[in-house]
Order: sequence, then C-alpha cells, then structure tokens
Amino acid sequence: MERKNKTTGKVAGIIANLVTVEVDGPVAQNEICFIQHQESDLMAEVIKIIGNSAYVQVFESTRGLKVGTNVVFEGHMLEVTLGPGILSKNYDGLQNDLDKMKGVFLKRGDYTDPLDRDKIWSFTPIAKAGDEVAAGDWLGEVHENGMPHKIMVPFKLEGSYKVKRVVAAGDYKVDDTIAIIEDKEGQELPVTMVQKWPVKMAVRAYKEKPRPFKPLETGVRCIDTLNPITEGGTGFIPGPFGTGKTVLQHAISKQAEADIVIIAACGERANEVVEIFSEFPELEDPRTGKKLIERTTIIANTSNMPVAAREASVYTAMALGEYYRSMGLRVLLMADSTSRWAQALREMSNRLEELPGPDAFPMDLSAIVSNFYSRAGYVYLNNGSTGSITFIGTVSPAGGNLKEPVTESTRKAARCFYGLSQARADSKRYPAIDAIDSYSKYLEYPEVQEYLVSNVGEAWLGNVLDAKDILLRGKEAQEQINILGDDGVPIDFHMRFWKSELIDFVILQQDAFDKIDASTPMERQEYMLSKILDIAHAKLKFDNFDEVQNFFKQLINQFKQMNYSEFKSEKFNNYEVELSDMLKERMN
Amino acid sequence: METQAFQKVYTKITNITKATIQLKAQGIGNEEMAIVNGRLGQVVKIFGDDVTLQIFSGTEGIPTNAEVVFLGRPPQLKVSDQLAGRFFNAYGQPIDGGPEVEGETRDIGSPSVNPVRRKQPSQLIATGIAGIDLNNSLVTGQKIPFFADPDQPYNQVMANVALRAEADKIILGGMGLSNDDYLFFKNVFDNAGALDRIVSFVNTTDNPPVERLLVPDMALTAAEYFAVDKNEKVLVLLTDMTLFADALSIVSNRMDQIPSKDSMPGSLYSDLARIYEKAVQFPEGGSITIIAVTTLSGGDITHAIPDNTGYITEGQLFLRRDTEIGKVIVDPFRSLSRLKQLVIGKQTRTDHPQVMNAAVRLFADAANARTKMENGFDLSDYDERTLEYAKAYSDKLLAIDVNVDTEAMLDISWGLFRNFFSKAEVGIKQEFVEKYWEEK
Ligand SMILES: Nc1ncnc2c1ncn2[C@@H]1O[C@H](COP(=O)(O)OP(=O)(O)OP(=O)(O)O)[C@@H](O)[C@H]1O
Ligand SMILES: [Mg+2]
Repeated sequence: MERKNKTTGKVAGIIANLVTVEVDGPVAQNEICFIQHQESDLMAEVIKIIGNSAYVQVFESTRGLKVGTNVVFEGHMLEVTLGPGILSKNYDGLQNDLDKMKGVFLKRGDYTDPLDRDKIWSFTPIAKAGDEVAAGDWLGEVHENGMPHKIMVPFKLEGSYKVKRVVAAGDYKVDDTIAIIEDKEGQELPVTMVQKWPVKMAVRAYKEKPRPFKPLETGVRCIDTLNPITEGGTGFIPGPFGTGKTVLQHAISKQAEADIVIIAACGERANEVVEIFSEFPELEDPRTGKKLIERTTIIANTSNMPVAAREASVYTAMALGEYYRSMGLRVLLMADSTSRWAQALREMSNRLEELPGPDAFPMDLSAIVSNFYSRAGYVYLNNGSTGSITFIGTVSPAGGNLKEPVTESTRKAARCFYGLSQARADSKRYPAIDAIDSYSKYLEYPEVQEYLVSNVGEAWLGNVLDAKDILLRGKEAQEQINILGDDGVPIDFHMRFWKSELIDFVILQQDAFDKIDASTPMERQEYMLSKILDIAHAKLKFDNFDEVQNFFKQLINQFKQMNYSEFKSEKFNNYEVELSDMLKERMN
Repeated sequence: METQAFQKVYTKITNITKATIQLKAQGIGNEEMAIVNGRLGQVVKIFGDDVTLQIFSGTEGIPTNAEVVFLGRPPQLKVSDQLAGRFFNAYGQPIDGGPEVEGETRDIGSPSVNPVRRKQPSQLIATGIAGIDLNNSLVTGQKIPFFADPDQPYNQVMANVALRAEADKIILGGMGLSNDDYLFFKNVFDNAGALDRIVSFVNTTDNPPVERLLVPDMALTAAEYFAVDKNEKVLVLLTDMTLFADALSIVSNRMDQIPSKDSMPGSLYSDLARIYEKAVQFPEGGSITIIAVTTLSGGDITHAIPDNTGYITEGQLFLRRDTEIGKVIVDPFRSLSRLKQLVIGKQTRTDHPQVMNAAVRLFADAANARTKMENGFDLSDYDERTLEYAKAYSDKLLAIDVNVDTEAMLDISWGLFRNFFSKAEVGIKQEFVEKYWEEK
C-alpha cells in the first residue's frame, strides 16, 4: 500500500477508543494512522471502512479529543522494527522502549525507538559477492549479548537477489549499510541491520515446517515426564484465577532449554512484569552461565495500559519470535493471558456493533486464535539450519468454566493442554496441573516416541503410561472409598489410592520456590519415576488400611526430603538408603 | 459550582434517556465535564455535532431547554496536604462542613505508571491477624480484596487492618456505603486518633448510584499525590467494589451496550483493572496499597464481579463463619496472597512457608474427615486427630479476633503440630523439624 501522498482525514465521531475518520483518499484495512491531538499524536489502526469513513481503534486514551482533528494515514500496517539490540529490552505492546520514556507515568503519544541507533556492533560477513540470496538468508552476523545475531535479507523482499557486496568485518551501527544486493533487473538495494515487518503477517522465509519431533525440556516434571511439549510445539494453560498459570509460565521461561525467551504480558498485572525485571537480571541460565535477562525480551502491555494495544502485543511478540527463529535459534514464546487479548477483540467488536458470537465474543475468534498458534513451529531454514518457536499461552476462563469460547477455541489450536484444577490449587498441590485431564498430542507422534526411547531410555514410554494408569486407578479407588467408606472396600483399594498419592506428591507436586525442587533435569526425572514405579509394583504386605496410609505417608515424606536435596548428594543417598530399609520391612 | 468566562452555554437538548442527554454542540472534547441544570455530566459519545452526555445523578426532571454548560475539562481534584482529615463526596466536594481544599488541580483517572518505573513490592504489612499474616501475608504495593457475603463484618476487619498497617495516609473510598457504616469508619478512625491521616471520598446509599463511578478515581488521585509527590506509604480502602460494578452495569445497560456474563459490561475486566493497577511500590519509598471489599452473593465466586476481580488482584481474603468454633475466620483454602512469597521466610522466620503449607494441608485433611463423618463412616485415629487439630487451628489462628505477631503465630503452629501429629504426618523439611519440634 505504498502511496506517493499520504491520505489524510478528519475526526468525525468518538466513542471510547473507537474513532470515525472522514478520509480524502485511499486507506487500507489495518493501516496505521496518527490523530494529531493537541501536542501529542495518537496512534490508531483502521479496523473497518465504510465509504469515506474509516473506523480506527486508537491505541491510547481519547480523552479530550475533538471532532475535526486532523488525521494522517501512514501507508503501512502496524510494524515491528527488527535489528540487533532487542534482547533484554522492555517494550510495550507497540514495541516502544519503556526505559526510554521519561517520567513515572506513561504519557500518551510518547513513542520511543525500539533500537539503539548509536550502539556499535562488531559485524562479520557470512555471504559474499555473487551469492544468490532470498528473504531471510544470512548476510552476516553480530553478537547480541553473546548470542549470534544474523543480519538477514529483509523479509519483505520477494524473489531472489544477487549479493553485490558485503562490507568487511568491523564496527558498524544498525543503520549503516552492510550489504548491497541486486534484483533480477539489476536494481541495487542497500541492506542495513534494520528491517521492518507487519506484525499480523506470518514470516515465511523458511524452506519447510516439519512436525515437531524433539521434546523441549522444561524442568517441570508434570510436563516433561507426563505430557512433554516439543521444540516448536504449542501448548496452553487454562485455569481459574490463582491456580498458578503465571507461576508455571515463569518457571518454564526460567528453566526451559531455549536460546531466546519472549514474554508477552498481555493484559495482566504490572507487578508480575516487575518480578521478571527484578529477578531475571539476578538469575543465571544454567546452560550458558549468562544472566537470564540477556536472552529475554519482555512485551509489557499490562491490564491498565490501553486495551487496543493489548491485541497488538501478542502479535508484536510473535513477530520478534519469528525474527529470531530465522536466525536458527530456539525461541520460547509465552503469552499471559490470551483471554485478555480475546476480551480486547470483544470490546472492539461490540463497539462496532458486529453480530456477537457466544458470550459476545467475535464470531471469528476460533479462526483468529488458530491463525496465531499456527505461526509457532519448527522450521528448516533455506540454508538447512533449524529454528523453532515454542508457544505457550495461558487462558483465563470466565468463572473457571472450561466450556467458554476462548478455552474451546484454543483447544482446537494448541497441541498440549495443561489444565489447572481449582481443587488441586486449593489443597496447595502445586503445580495444580490436572495430570489426568491434561494431554500432549506429541506423545502420540512416532517421531517424538522414537526420540524419547533413544534419548531417555528404552523403558521410558512404558513407564510414563504406567504412571498415568496408576494415577487413574488411584482416582477410581478414591471415589470408591469415598462412597463405601474405608472399611467398605478391600485393602487393595487403599493401596491403589496411596500409590497414586505417591506419584502425586513426589512427581506431580513440585515446589516452584525451592532452589532445588524447582527444576528437575530429565536424568533425575527418569531416575525418580523408575524408583517410584518399583515401589508401586513391589509386593507389600499390610494388615489393615491404617497401616497402608501410615506407611505411604512415611514414604512420601522420605521422597520429599530427596526432592529437596541435590541429586545423588550424600544427603540424597542417605535418604535413599533409609527408604530401602523402610521398604524391606514391608516386603517378604 | 464553577462557571467561568468563555464557557459555552447551550439550551437545546435533543434526546433524553434515563441516564443520558444528547444535544448539538461544537468543539467539545471526549470525556469533558458539563453542568446540566446544576447536575454534573460527562461526554461519552460524539458524532459530528451530536454530543451525548452521561448525567451522574440521572436525568429525572431535566427539561429539553435545560442550561448545559461545558467545562472544557475532565473530572478533576485539587490536591495538597489540606486533603488530610477531610471528607468529600464523589465529586471531591467537602461534605464535612469544612472549607474548599486549595491546591494543584489534577485530572482524575490519569495514565498508568510506566512498569519499568515500579519497584518490586517487598515490605511486609503486619496486621496481627494470623489468617492474614501467617497464611496470606500482605505487602505494600499490593492490591487485594476481601471476598465476603454481605453479612460478614468486612468493614470492621478492614478498619482494623488499616489502623494496624502503619500507613502514612489511609484513603477511604466508600461506594454505596450505608450511613451507619460511614459513621462507623468515622468513629473508629476518630477513636484511634488517626483522623488527621485519613482522607475520605464517600458515596452513601442516599446518593445516586452512578456517582460512585467517580469514587475510586478520586481516592486514587489523592493517593498518587501522597505516594508520588510526598513519598508516603498510602493505604487505599475501597468498599464495596461490587456496588461500583453494579453502577457500571447500570450505565452500560442504559447505553444499550451488549452485556456479557451476568449482565456486566464486556469491559468489566479493563474497568476494574484500571483501578486496581494503581497499586504500586515506587523506588523512592512511596507506595499505594489497595484493600478492597467485593461482596458476594451466597459465597459464589464464579459471578462475573468476583471472578474478574480475582483475575486482577493479587489474591483475595475470604471471610466465612466457622460453625465449629462460632467465629468468623479467614478461610485458608479460598484465600490467597500472591505476593506473600516475596516476604515470607525472608522478612519472617525461615520456617514460615513450610509451616504455613503444612498447617493448611492438615486442615484440608480435617475437612475430608468431616465429610467422611457426615457420610456416616467410621473415622480413623488420624481423622479424629485432624478434627481436634482443625478446631484448635481455627480458634487460635484463623479467627479474625486473633492479634499476635508472626513469630508467635509460628510457635503456636508448631505447638499444634506437636499436640496432634507425628513428625512424618506433618512432613516438614528436616532442618526445621530439628529446630522447632521440641518445646523450648
Ligand atoms: N508451583 C507453585 N508452587 C508454590 N506456589 C504456587 C505454585 N504455583 C502457584 N502458586 C501459588 O499460587 C499463587 C497464584 O499463582 P499465579 O499467580 O501463577 O496464578 P494465575 O493462575 O496466574 O492467576 P491469574 O489468572 O489471576 O493471573 C502464587 O502466588 C503462589 O502463591
Ligand atoms: Mg496469572
């Protein structure tokens, strides 16, 4: 939609942040415009056009805005600015650098540069004169917080180009030309380290998107052991308020095996973002020894920030993710909470007086959600390298009811379901993931199964299914005990129930605030699970149900002490010895 | 009321509904205030020359030839130290017979704090109530409501918390407050000799409900003055936010908006979040802590008002009557303070987190035992002990009349563990058991 002259218009109507603009020329759907309100320009996006009226949603408060105010249309959609220097930045939903804003309070119309234009980067060429290149191909690289950051052929360019020249290794600023490429007609194009991309479009500069096949280790036992997610996989965490969605997401972002972590705080609490600001600079990435903040970018559009920018924030995060994926990196993308984004869509759709779907959400909610989730994935880049975006979103179902439209739409789009249960949270069984209802479709993929067998162990898949069965049978036994009473069922029912409790307390429950227990490496998960299953299958002798209960409580206590101790440390080993003594007493 | 030169006066109203009037006018800003026949209104919609105003106190008796004066500004409050000790209505006008406040004029409902200018809350607020301090510790800069049925003594508990919290200023935002409750707050603060630390914005049941919509913003504008300009520790009390939300739904229904769940406006989440997110800790030491009340209907927390609130606030304190001991307790299952992990075991004794969790878990076992008993099953020895324990725990710790320090709360808990259980049944990290199990 490049135009010679910018289209302009005048404000004709205002209801909250929906503004009607009478325009004097062509405008495009989703085009960005600025409303020239007094001393501050208010950014807005076209969401509907009828005749000469453009309906725009303003990303700021419209307080004081008057009819007749001038509007200038920019000729492009909402775009992110891509280049080195994005990591460890704190952006708002429109990619304004929050740290560059002056004052304690956000000022409307204050738009800041996402990049640092004066920073010097040490550049090394990758491509050379004569190379054939296309969008997303690597021309050179700089180091961003120690991470290789590729400078690529801009995503917007179509077709193939020939490299005329790449600058010599050396120090450059982001706006310096680092390469000249030439199109089929011999037209020369300078390339800098900066490019722009419309956030609502998927970057497709890759060769192929296979099914994800490689589990992504998160250190969370409930996920890795029972329902693993994959590199390039998608998952969602629905749960009533206070059941642990955010704590779980933060745990995953601290621990997961990712190169880049992008966190979109979408319509949630500012204090939760502050927690990341304050903790991530202190925490170390166990794999690189660097501070977590160095590989993290935060998109903060908290609940008190403008509603329309909330919708933009998840797209901004995704576009940044796609940028880093194209460099051959493993990106972990988190959005908390996608329900707030859906609500922003609902507010606008209601104001536009569109025909409402279920619970007054827009009719096309499902399509919007699916479309977004489909941008995640594992890819083979043109040069054969691989990259991935693993996406996990939280869902905040109204009234905790999983039958509401956002949860249902997301269920269709995401491959892993980590449902948090109110009952588990109430009894402080954290993380409150309901292990029986939750699932990972990836566990059914033959390529994932193969990977697990060759990397975790031959017996692993069998053990996982075994553990799931024990949990299920334990639940059934508990229901029977509740109906018939402790004495009304055979002692075997009590054993079944307590075996499932053993798995619950030792594997499922995990203290996110304990240094050691918070993250469990796969090797330890494998060790503990097989240990627990040995007990579950051992022949134990009890005279009455009281004995069963007492014995298993002791076991659980012993295992918990192990969970709190360094793996295979002296302490750990001692607990383990005591444990086998306890068992021996019961076996004969 | 204010009238100044160059104000535009109109006398031709075209449409009148229960809550709004419409007229032709030019050069009007969105959200601008106006006086219509002496009543305050605010611009909610402009289309061409057609301007729609919401009249806070309703449109009863407004004639089509009423005088409409646009004030050219959004709702405002004058802020200065003179606010302290004063009582105002929802418009920020004195209702205590005192003089107008002099000071700087500020727009209410101002922009949010830049998240990067916030500091992580880290200062414990001690209330003496173990249901709060032991299980759900509060932290400055937090926002948390009491969830309670209308017959619970939430205002009393809130007043106690406020007075013990050692705040520099307490700002009361009363919405739909009964006159008795209004006088109750006045008396408690007066008796505590705290009146000079209190600022109140009150909409009572005698006032029109829609006026309530201004109360939180008024209270928080005053709070921001003391927290930002004066670096003070400010505690804001908002009671009852359910009545605030009801006013929102009245307005949106009258404006023909599509309601979402429970006839609440689709924007309820954003409307409430805008208020609660004003809670903040600043690096310079000032802070705003919000303690609110959300009354429930029959304990139903899935209703849109408590549900949306729960998704916004940093936990909730759930009051209920424990029939076993005949007292009101802070329910440990349904209550939560999400900021507690920032302080417990750090500013309090290191065994605090483990003791807290174990005590609640055992209380849950007691609940299971009670269900068993009610279903007519035999109780095991363990069941019997949990029931005994639960009674003592409720009485000595959960009841709202408890007033001891955190150290004592922890010692009481260890005492209960020791009395009723074995070490393995309590299941606490060994290092703490070694240190605290034996009686000192
Ligand atoms: N793994 C865990 N270990 C210990 N405590 C936890 C754990 N997960 C959650 N909690 C407790 O539950 C509280 C609420 O968790 P969290 O903030 O993640 O809930 P949420 O589901 O994101 O709620 P909301 O929808 O309102 O944002 C935490 O503050 C913490 O006290
Ligand atoms: Mg959350």
